[in-house]
Amino acid sequence: MTFQDALLLARPEVFLAASTLVLLVWGAFRGDKAMGEVSIGASLALFVAAGFAAVSPEGTAFAGGFIADGASIFGKVAIYLISPVAIYLGDRWLVRVGNGRFEFPILILLAALGMGMMVSAGDLISLYIGVELQSLALYVLAAFRRDDPKASEAGLKYFVLGALSSGLLLYGASLIYGFAGSTHFDLIAKSIEGGATGTGVLFGLVFLICGLAFKVSAAPFHMWTPDVYEGAPTPVVGFFAAAPKLAAMLLLARVLSEGFGTALEQWRQIIVVTAFLSVAVGAFGGLAQSNIKRLLAYSSIANIGYALIGLSAGSAEGMEAVLVFMVLYMIDVTGFFACLGALSRNGKPMEQLSDFAGLARVRPGMALALTALSFSVMGLPPFSGFWAKMFVFKAAIASGQWPLAVVLLLGSVVAAFYYLRLIKTMWFDAAPGQTDKEPLDAKGVAIASALFCFPVVLPALALLEPLAKTAALAFGLK
Amino acid sequence: MDLQAIAFYLLAAVTVISGFLVITARNPVHSVLFLIMAFFTAAGLFVMLGAEFLAMLLIVVYVGAVAVLFLFVVMMLDVDFTQLREGFARYLPIGMAVGGVLAVEMVMVAVTVAANGAAGKNAAPAAPVADLPNAEAIGRVLYTDYIYFFQAAGLVLLVAMIGAIVLTLRRRPGVRRQNIGDQVARTPASGMKIVQIKSGEGLSE
Repeated sequence: MTFQDALLLARPEVFLAASTLVLLVWGAFRGDKAMGEVSIGASLALFVAAGFAAVSPEGTAFAGGFIADGASIFGKVAIYLISPVAIYLGDRWLVRVGNGRFEFPILILLAALGMGMMVSAGDLISLYIGVELQSLALYVLAAFRRDDPKASEAGLKYFVLGALSSGLLLYGASLIYGFAGSTHFDLIAKSIEGGATGTGVLFGLVFLICGLAFKVSAAPFHMWTPDVYEGAPTPVVGFFAAAPKLAAMLLLARVLSEGFGTALEQWRQIIVVTAFLSVAVGAFGGLAQSNIKRLLAYSSIANIGYALIGLSAGSAEGMEAVLVFMVLYMIDVTGFFACLGALSRNGKPMEQLSDFAGLARVRPGMALALTALSFSVMGLPPFSGFWAKMFVFKAAIASGQWPLAVVLLLGSVVAAFYYLRLIKTMWFDAAPGQTDKEPLDAKGVAIASALFCFPVVLPALALLEPLAKTAALAFGLK
Repeated sequence: MDLQAIAFYLLAAVTVISGFLVITARNPVHSVLFLIMAFFTAAGLFVMLGAEFLAMLLIVVYVGAVAVLFLFVVMMLDVDFTQLREGFARYLPIGMAVGGVLAVEMVMVAVTVAANGAAGKNAAPAAPVADLPNAEAIGRVLYTDYIYFFQAAGLVLLVAMIGAIVLTLRRRPGVRRQNIGDQVARTPASGMKIVQIKSGEGLSE
């Protein structure tokens, strides 16, 4: 393969990196008044990159470090299309709180670039660099409002725990390299198949999974999630509850299926345990929360648990379920945080559950959107969350993971309590007063994603499912 | 026991001991100094492996830049380290338990290594290039096979730079900066004001 072919495979990433640099220089010269222009430029760059990714040829480049296949193309298109929404919401929101700086879209762009690298990683080195690029940008975004002590705390907590998880990940990667003799996923799989690696490489794999579980906030590595979600700026949380989770899940799926596909029985045990714990922690931890952002943090832990159930199936069907689940969840959660970013009372954001009392009378449109989104995350048919869980459930049953399928149902029932409580508060309690007029941008995104939950999901699913199916086949599992 | 083995055990023992002292030393400055010692002995281990370029890099980058920066930070930040250590005794049992489990697991791995050899039946990691000095061997792959990783690592550093600026750069409104253009453009008319003051009254402004 010539260098030109390699660049052609990596065209979305090369384009994103180049446009990031151009926009950075543009912003540095024009100052913060250029934030709007940089935001528009960044969004356009992401759309173009999504287009490049969609028509990208398949193959591997850069000595196996970069893979372009069905799964990576699927992931990239989804990530590059959801990131402009985060730029749009965050840009308007930051201007409203008087903290608009042009670095915001640049950092989102760099995070998206890191995610693109994650989903195309074919090597432990590119895995690590992608993860690091993505998370470093997210640490800064979490602390973006540096005058807010809570945001600074969130950023610091995220950074310290993220650094710890990177340490675990690197330690695992070094052990795998030492025992398998290569950092390349295919060669690792080959050496495991040869049966010469023994427990050493599995020991490394455990650390690698621990490090990645931190990034997707799966229990028992979830402890940072509620604090970071509570402290970080709302649209930023909406961003890092969505796209990075999809990227990290795809990366985990790729490492496990391509690098360790021959040790399926071994890693399945670990994934089963983390999936079980995540669902349990997410469902029961959320019961005691009165802050909506913390509640959504527990909800995201539970949802990652459901996605891990799909992964634990260890089949092409399971991978397809993971992809569909993550995309539908991403749209749900973006809508949820758009609602939170839109609602405020007397200039103060509404974050406590009690703030939402009687919302249905004050702001019926927002209440309706939130209700639809809640029903969806709860998994009520015919909303999108139901279809997402259906896919996971079917895959778990088909691969004989009965206990986990039962756990999924029980977890959903327990978690339904806190979504129903939110709905009850909005529709049946007395309102403490008027809310501020919601800004058009956040309201638009909220209503659009509520409409996606139902009824747009039905035709969209018919489109999404075959795409996810071909993408899942790229992992090489049966 | 030949000389190489003696050197290895000496360097390895000093690395482990100074690593331990980094986390137990009471004075944070001593901790950093032990960290520097650990870097030096690790560099010695690299030399023994035949990776002399990495050894020099470890000293130049980690000792010369990173550790010295640590030292500055430790000296300049007013952190009460005794307060930071308060929870130490409380968390010691659970920390010891986790550490103990890890240690047992590592011993088990080491036993399998002893039985099978380091990489088992696999080829040795990254076959050495014949008759090339280290630096040249790295140079040959760094900008060819590893160009992607190299450039991506550059982007990671760019994010770190942007992050540092975003989180710390602030414009203070009250600060007066020297503006040479303004100073040169001053004329007697703009720089001077003649005021007539009546006797017995002050100048109120």
